[in-house]
Order: sequence, then C-alpha cells, then structure tokens
Amino acid sequence: MADHHPTGLKRWLFTTNHKDIGSMYLWFSFVMFIIGGAMAMVIRAELYQPGLQFVDPNFFNSMTTMHGLIMVFGAVMPSMVGLANWLIPMQIGAPDMALPRMNNWSFWILPFAFTLLLSSLFMDGGAPNFGWTFYAPLSTTYGPPSTDFFILGVHMMGISSIMGAINVIVTVFNMRAPGMTLMKMPLFVWTWVITAFLLIMVMPVLAGAVTMMLTDRHFGTSFFDAAGGGDPVLFQHIFWFFGHPEVYIMILPAFGVASEIIPAFARKKLFGYSSMVYATASIALLSFVVWAHHMFTVGMPVAGELFFMIATMLIAVPTGVKVFNWVATMWQGSMTFETPMLFAIAFVILFTIGGFSGVMLAMAPVDFQYHDTYFVVAHFHYVLFPGAIFGTTAAVYYWLPKWTGKMYNEKLGKLHFWLSMIFVNLTFFPMHFSGLAGMPRRIPDYNMMFADFNQLASIGAFGLGLTQILFLAILIKTIWGKAEKSSDKPWDGATGLEWEQLPCPAPYHTFDTPPKVS
Amino acid sequence: MSEQEQKLSNKSLVMRLLGVVGGMFLFGFALVPLYDVFCEITGINGKTRGQAIYQKKEIDHDRLVTISFIADVKRGMPWEFKPMENVVKVKPGELNEVRFYARNRANEDIVGQSVPSISPSEGALYLNKTECFCFDQQRLAAGEEIEMPMKFYIDADLPEDISHLTLSYQLYNVTEAFAGDSVAAK
Amino acid sequence: MAIRRKFFAGLTALVSFVLSGAAQATAELNMRPGVTETSLEAFELHMAVIWVMTGIAVVVFGLMIYSMIFHRKSKNPTPATWSHSTTVEFIWTIIPFIILIALTIPAVKLLIKMEDASDPDMSVVVTGSQWKWHYKYMEHDIEFFSNLATPQQRENFSLEEAQNNPNYLLDVDNELVLPANKKVRFLMTADDVIHSWWVPELAVKKDAIPGFINETWTQVPTPGTYRGQCTELCGKWHGFMPVVVKVVTETEFDDWVAQKKEEKIAAEKAAAEAAAQSWEMDKLMELGKTVYDAKCAACHMQNGAGVPPTFPALKGSAMAIEADQINAHIDIVVNGKAGTAMAAFGNQLTDAEIAAVVTYERNAWGNDTGEKVQPADIQAFKAGN
Repeated sequence: MADHHPTGLKRWLFTTNHKDIGSMYLWFSFVMFIIGGAMAMVIRAELYQPGLQFVDPNFFNSMTTMHGLIMVFGAVMPSMVGLANWLIPMQIGAPDMALPRMNNWSFWILPFAFTLLLSSLFMDGGAPNFGWTFYAPLSTTYGPPSTDFFILGVHMMGISSIMGAINVIVTVFNMRAPGMTLMKMPLFVWTWVITAFLLIMVMPVLAGAVTMMLTDRHFGTSFFDAAGGGDPVLFQHIFWFFGHPEVYIMILPAFGVASEIIPAFARKKLFGYSSMVYATASIALLSFVVWAHHMFTVGMPVAGELFFMIATMLIAVPTGVKVFNWVATMWQGSMTFETPMLFAIAFVILFTIGGFSGVMLAMAPVDFQYHDTYFVVAHFHYVLFPGAIFGTTAAVYYWLPKWTGKMYNEKLGKLHFWLSMIFVNLTFFPMHFSGLAGMPRRIPDYNMMFADFNQLASIGAFGLGLTQILFLAILIKTIWGKAEKSSDKPWDGATGLEWEQLPCPAPYHTFDTPPKVS
Repeated sequence: MSEQEQKLSNKSLVMRLLGVVGGMFLFGFALVPLYDVFCEITGINGKTRGQAIYQKKEIDHDRLVTISFIADVKRGMPWEFKPMENVVKVKPGELNEVRFYARNRANEDIVGQSVPSISPSEGALYLNKTECFCFDQQRLAAGEEIEMPMKFYIDADLPEDISHLTLSYQLYNVTEAFAGDSVAAK
Repeated sequence: MAIRRKFFAGLTALVSFVLSGAAQATAELNMRPGVTETSLEAFELHMAVIWVMTGIAVVVFGLMIYSMIFHRKSKNPTPATWSHSTTVEFIWTIIPFIILIALTIPAVKLLIKMEDASDPDMSVVVTGSQWKWHYKYMEHDIEFFSNLATPQQRENFSLEEAQNNPNYLLDVDNELVLPANKKVRFLMTADDVIHSWWVPELAVKKDAIPGFINETWTQVPTPGTYRGQCTELCGKWHGFMPVVVKVVTETEFDDWVAQKKEEKIAAEKAAAEAAAQSWEMDKLMELGKTVYDAKCAACHMQNGAGVPPTFPALKGSAMAIEADQINAHIDIVVNGKAGTAMAAFGNQLTDAEIAAVVTYERNAWGNDTGEKVQPADIQAFKAGN
C-alpha cells in the first residue's frame, strides 16, 4: 500500500485523512488547553490572597467565563473528537471516516470560532463576563457588546460538533468491517457513539438558546425578559437541558479510554463488557431528565425538586457499575503500571471522588448549602480534570506509539503523571473546604477565613499549569526529537484491530481492504 | 457493499441525523411554549394565568385566605405605584376587588406593563383574575394618576396548607421596548 | 516499589483525612452547622452522606489498592481469565440502589420542611440589585438598602484591609434585623439580573429573579449576627454584596422598629428643612463628592471617566453638561435606567443628596457648568412637574 500523501500547508488545509484531522484536533485542543490554562492562572493569581491585586473584577469575570468556555468547547470536546478521528476507523476496521470532507470542515470551523471568541478580549466592554453558563438577563440585557461575537462563536462550534458527531455515527453504523458486530466493538467506540447521539440531541438546543439570546438582544423578542412576558428561569431550563448531557459528552469518551487501557495493562479481559455498554447508555438516557438539579434554588415546586433529586441520584447506579467493573477488571489481573495505566487508575479514583461529591450535590436540601459555592467548583473540576483530561492524557500516552511509531520516555511520562496527580489534588481538594466554609464561586476577593485554602489551591494550580508544559515537552521529544522506536505491539496486553493487525506507526492509509474480525 | 451502495447508505443516514438535528433545534424553541404550558399546569414560578370568567361559585364561609400585595416599579420607570390595600382576607369562591394606584411623575407619556407573580408558586393555580390591569399595558400622560381595579377569586379547592398568598406586580417602563406588544401576562 | 506504596498509603490517608477528617467538624474544614432547626438538619444529612460516601470509598479504593499491590505482574504473573458474572453485577447494581434510597428518605423529609413557608409571623421582601440588597418589612412600613460597608472601589480592597477587618467583605451599612424565635418569610425578587440570597448559618439560599417572586423562610432561635453573600454571578461587583442578618430578642426588635420609625420622621423633617433652603455651591459640591464616591464611583469611577460602554463616562457627557438636559440628568439619577446597572436612587438618597450629587457631576472633572441643583428642585421633580 502506497503511503503517499501531499505535503506542506496544503496537506493540512485540504486533508480528508482521518489521521491528519485527528492530529489537528488534538493539537488544536492542546493549544486551547494552554490558553484556557493561562486564564486559570490569572484567576488563581488573583485569588492567591485576599484583596484585589492584579485584575479588575470585571476582567476577573471575563477570565472565569472564557476559561470555562475554552476548556469545555475548545479543549475537552475537540480532544475527544481528535481521539475519535484517530481511533474509530482503526478500531472498527474502516479505511477512513465515512464523510471525509465534512470531517475537514468540522475541524476547520474551530480555529475561526475560537479566534472570534478570543478576539472579544480586545473589544470595548471586554470579553463575555457572565459565566460559561451565561444566565439571562446578565448575558442578554446586561451583556457587553462582545456577547454577539460569543453567540456567533457558539453557533460555529456547535455546527462543528454536530458535524463531527454525525460523522462518528455514520462511520460506526456503515463502515464496520465484516464480522465487527456492534457488541464486538471496543468500548471506546461504544462510548463515542453514545456521545455522538447526545451531541446531535443537545447541541441544536444550545444553538436555539443562543439564537433566542440574539433575538432578545437585537430583535425585540423577550424570551427571557419579564418586561415583555418572558422568564429568565426559562433560559436556565433550556441551558441545562443542553448542559447536563454536555457533562456526559465530556466524560463518556474518557470512560471508553479507561475501558481500553485498564484491561490492556491488567492483561485481563474487560469485566462485564455488555453491562458497560448498557450502563453507558443508561447514563446517557438519564442525563436528559436531571437537568434541573443545577437549579434547585430558583424556586421550583417541591414535587419538581423531588423528581430531579431522585432522578439524579439514580445516575449513581450505572456510574457505580462502571467503576465496579473497572475494579473487577483489575482484580486478579497481572498489572504493570506504565504511564497510561497510571493515568487511567488515577482517572477511576479521582473521578469517583467527583462522583461522591456529585451524590452530595444531588440531595436538594443540602444542595442549598453547596449550590454556587467552591464545593461545586471542586466537584466539577474533579470530574473534568482528573476525569476528562486525565482520560485524554492516558489515551495519548497509550496510542502515541501507534500514531508515531515512537515510544515516549517512560521516566518523563511517570514524572508527568506524579506531578499532575499531586498538583491536581492540591489544586482542587482544598476547594471542597473553602466551599463548605461558605465561599461563593466566581468572586475575585474574599474574607480571610477562606485564605488558607485558596493559597493552597493557587500553589497547586501553578504547579499543575507548569506540569502540562512538561507534557508538551514529552510530546515534542517523542514526535520530532530523539525517541526510541516502538515495536508493533509495545503493550503486550493490548487488544483490538489497531494493535493486532496494524504496525506502529499506523500507515497513512489503513484497512483499505477490510480486515478479518475473529 | 459496493462503494456506490455505501455512499447512498451514508447519505440516507446523514439525512436522518440532520433531521434529528433540525428537530432538536426546533425542540429548543418548542421548550418556550412547552414551558408556559408546564407552568400553567404546575404553577412553576408563580406566573398567574390569563383572564378567568367568574361563575357563581360556592363560597367557603369557614375559611379565610390572606392575600398580600406587593407593587414595585422597575428601574427607569418614573411612576408611583402601590396597592391601595396591602393585605386582604378573602373567602375561597368569593369574587373580590382590589385597586392599585399609579401616577406618572414624568413630564411625558409613559407606557407601563405590570408583570404579576405569585408566591407560593403553586398558588398561581388557584388564583383566578377576571379583570386585571396586567392584562394590558397602561399609558399615562404626564402627571396623570389612575386607580386600577383587579378582580379575582380564589378557587375553593385551594389546598388546606396554603393559607397565605402573595401577589406581586412589577411595573416596567415599556414605552420604548415593548409598547404595543400584546404581552397580556399569562 | 516503596515509593508507589508510600504514595498509595498517602492517598488513602488523604482521602480518609478529607472525608472523615471533615467529620471531626473543625470549623474551617466542614460546613457550619448553623443555628436554625433546618440548618442543623441539613448539617446532619450532610454528615450522613459524607460517612456513607467514606464507607463506599474505603471499600472501593481499598479493593483497588489491594489489587494494585497483590495483582501486579511481579506477584501474579498469570492473570485470571474470567470476565463476567451476572450475580456479582446484579449485586453491585442493587446495593447502591438501596443505599441511595436510604439517603433519599431523610432528604425528602427535610426538603418538604424547608420549602414550607406557610403561616409566618412576619414577612420581609428582599430585593437584589447590582450590587446591594433592599429589605422591606411588610408589617412595619420599614424599608432600607443594605450596602457593603466599604464603598465598592478597587483601591478599598487589599490584603492589609482583609487582615485588619475580620468581617472584610462581609459587613454592611444596614443589617437585616430580625426577632428571634419568629417564623420570618422572605419574598425574594430582583431589580436587574438574578441574585441569590444566602446565609450559611440559617441554611437559606434562594434566587432573586427579576420580575418574579420566590419565597423561603427562617426561624432563628438564638440572637446573633449571621453573615453570607450573594451566590449568583450578578456582574462586576458580585463578590461585594454581602448579606448580614442581625437576630435580636423580641423586645430589642420592637425597640428597633420604634427607633426606625423615629429616624424616618426625623429624616423627613430634615429633608423638608434642607429643601427649604437655598444651598451654596461649596456645600453642594462637598456633599456631592461624598455621595458620589460612595454610590457612583464603583461604576463611573472617581474621575468620572466610567468604563465605557458598560458604564458611561460622566466627564464630558452631554447629559452632565448641556443645560437642557438637566431634567434628564435628574431623571436618570432618581428613576434609574432600564436594562442597565443604573439603579433608581430616588428612594436611596435624600433630596439634598441627589441635588448635591447632580450638582457635583455637573461641575466636577472639568464639566464646569456652574449650574446648581437645589434640594427643592428634586422635591419638585419627584412630585411631578
């Protein structure tokens, strides 16, 4: 098979190759991760001690808003799409994604969307400053002029995600190699298909919400303005109808990654494959009926609060099944702890801690005490950083030999892991305490009683930020620098078509003739 | 599957998925009326309902429900606005009338829209207004004052545990923004 | 590998310290139990969940750590081959389900109690606006604004200030005074954007939504001062609008009500006197600057330059210099401007203060119009012209 491809800028601009597009998605998300991380550094620097030291409160609000938007839509989601692009065709024995040109568009929209969003930092009135949840009327009547750019940016990234999701679904349904039945697919593919369905269900609703914002701002409608017969709480219902499934969009592919890596390094088959699939599907379904648990304080009737509380707590059951299955996979395995495995195990432990605080938050009467405090910030960072981001990191280390044909430096990889592990906990664990002590989120200054925990969190955050530069260095060294060549199967426990039937690095074109699936 | 068949099959799946996307986009907008219907059924948020028609009801003489009124003017609204009575006690099933006073202190015409809200929100299901200034916008000339009537009755099947309702009116200046819109508060 | 083991031992210690250590209830590590019946029950429920979660954590993480130690390749070179067990999977679906139901029952009970604001002894309307609270006692004809005690200007917030003031950012000019042992109902609403009124020790947190009212309640058994903050992002100075509730005995409360009424009469008298006089420029400018720095400078800045386009400049602004716009100027100060952070100051400031601040804005920072606005002008404006 000729491994021929165009070179130079044209290769990247016009490529329809899933591997090229996957790489671009991954690099793009890394750039966004660094930018969003830099904003987090601004936030943590300001919060290092009480008093207004560095930034104006309005700019602080812009930072928390942009940090959230960029991390959610720019870093986590594209990184998952990048993994999907690289892995899904190889894992189901397809030559490429089903819709290669659409694949190219869905990536190339992103740089424009985020340039637009980031440009708002330099506009009069500043960048969006109403939180990544952009509650009306703070974001409509009271939003800065740059809000319109934000709306356009969200539309563009929505279109990109929808196209990416459609591509995944069509690829998985139509392009599987003969013999690759649905229940033989690797779990990463399964979790991604379910994610893709969530995406096409909820991204359009988000698009609807920002469209309503736009017409409220400029075309005289009043969806969210009481003066014209609207209701600000309606915005929150629509937003969280999107927002809660969105949370699972960010975490489900990471579940899939853990379900690939843990069996590989335990040298033992994944425990309870089918229950994993069903658990993922039920998490996705339940995610549509729990949204108002983000809104316990808006003044719902008790019956509504009870419904959303109980539905939310139910999600703990399938999530628990997943965690128990991972533990059972490890049980009596023959484990080694290379970097991907370390990240995967840390993912399971720390994500579970995030799950515990999630159950606490689900209980409406105590949620009144936790709601909109740093306890919530701690909770969702526990599921997002050591959850989604550790998941992606584990995936990158695990498949890097497959992608590049080279082996990362194991010592540096482990160093990256341990530093991340220590700093991620140092950053986010103290936030539980400042939240319980009563510190609201999204405030630039605070009373002395919150000072100790904030200082710890800031130190942790600076360390965590620097550690990710190490990650960048490891990647550069592996890809372009001096690095050991990888064998075709560097992980002896790895299974799946990409490890069993393809060399390292995977050639530019793979599975032009469908593989045999046993 | 041949390449041709593959393409066709991809296309048809894409079309179906785009259908889902379009459907969900519309669903986002459908949430707006759905939410209103939902509010009307469950009383979420204490949005009061539209105009009711009073038919001779059985009056529950053994029960008194306290209704408090709050009237607020919003930012940029140069009116004086207050209930003539702050609190009334009514019997369920009985038709009552209260009046609100408004005066335009500005030296130009101002259009006002009152937005009603009831607490506890479940109470919205049982408070029926047969006549209310909040159904329409009011235009007051400079210095003009007005007494605005509001007629309502409480359903006799108001749950026993609700003994007190608060009805709030927030008065917005809609001279520029929404004048002429029929927003007849639902 | 000693290091790894140490790490995992450390991790276990950290987890158990955090989850159970929190249970030792040192004030800083844990939720404050608070003082009301509902806050105490919420605290108990919080502790119960923490213990349950700790239990689950010990089991799950314990198994993982055991497995990581004993099922590593060096200890267990041949992995087991099983990968499925319906019984086990059934058990670990059912057990969490039962635990969750056990947690739900007390939560449901407490929730129903917390949401029952019926039969109050008194009611207070709480209105949030950018960036202060307004309290109106429905039974007593008392209403006032409650601002952060320190004016909202950047230079007032520093580490030094925080170290010297134990109630840094948690102190207001007028506290909400409530009688002990009375069921107080709060009716929450907002003037502009959504705010949220939270006092941790009362376990009361409710959103204040513009256009709508929400209700909640408290009954505080012990006199004392309880502090909280706004918990819904509401714009630039969101972190600077604390809630302070001062609970006093019933007699003290009656005295306070009486005193407030006297103050109101005295203030009306003073205002009438002020309106009767013609004020000199110096006096207007002096009072105007004080008022401006306290109420206006947070947004329009001390030098009048504002932060356009959100907070317009007053320096050189047509409204503040053109003679025919003087009524518009008074109007915006008295009535506020819809859809912006410009609040109505008509009932936050006295006529004299409004006259002074308008005069100040028309003459400071080179606006030099030389125009004076008298308290009587404001009085006339408010009466309708």
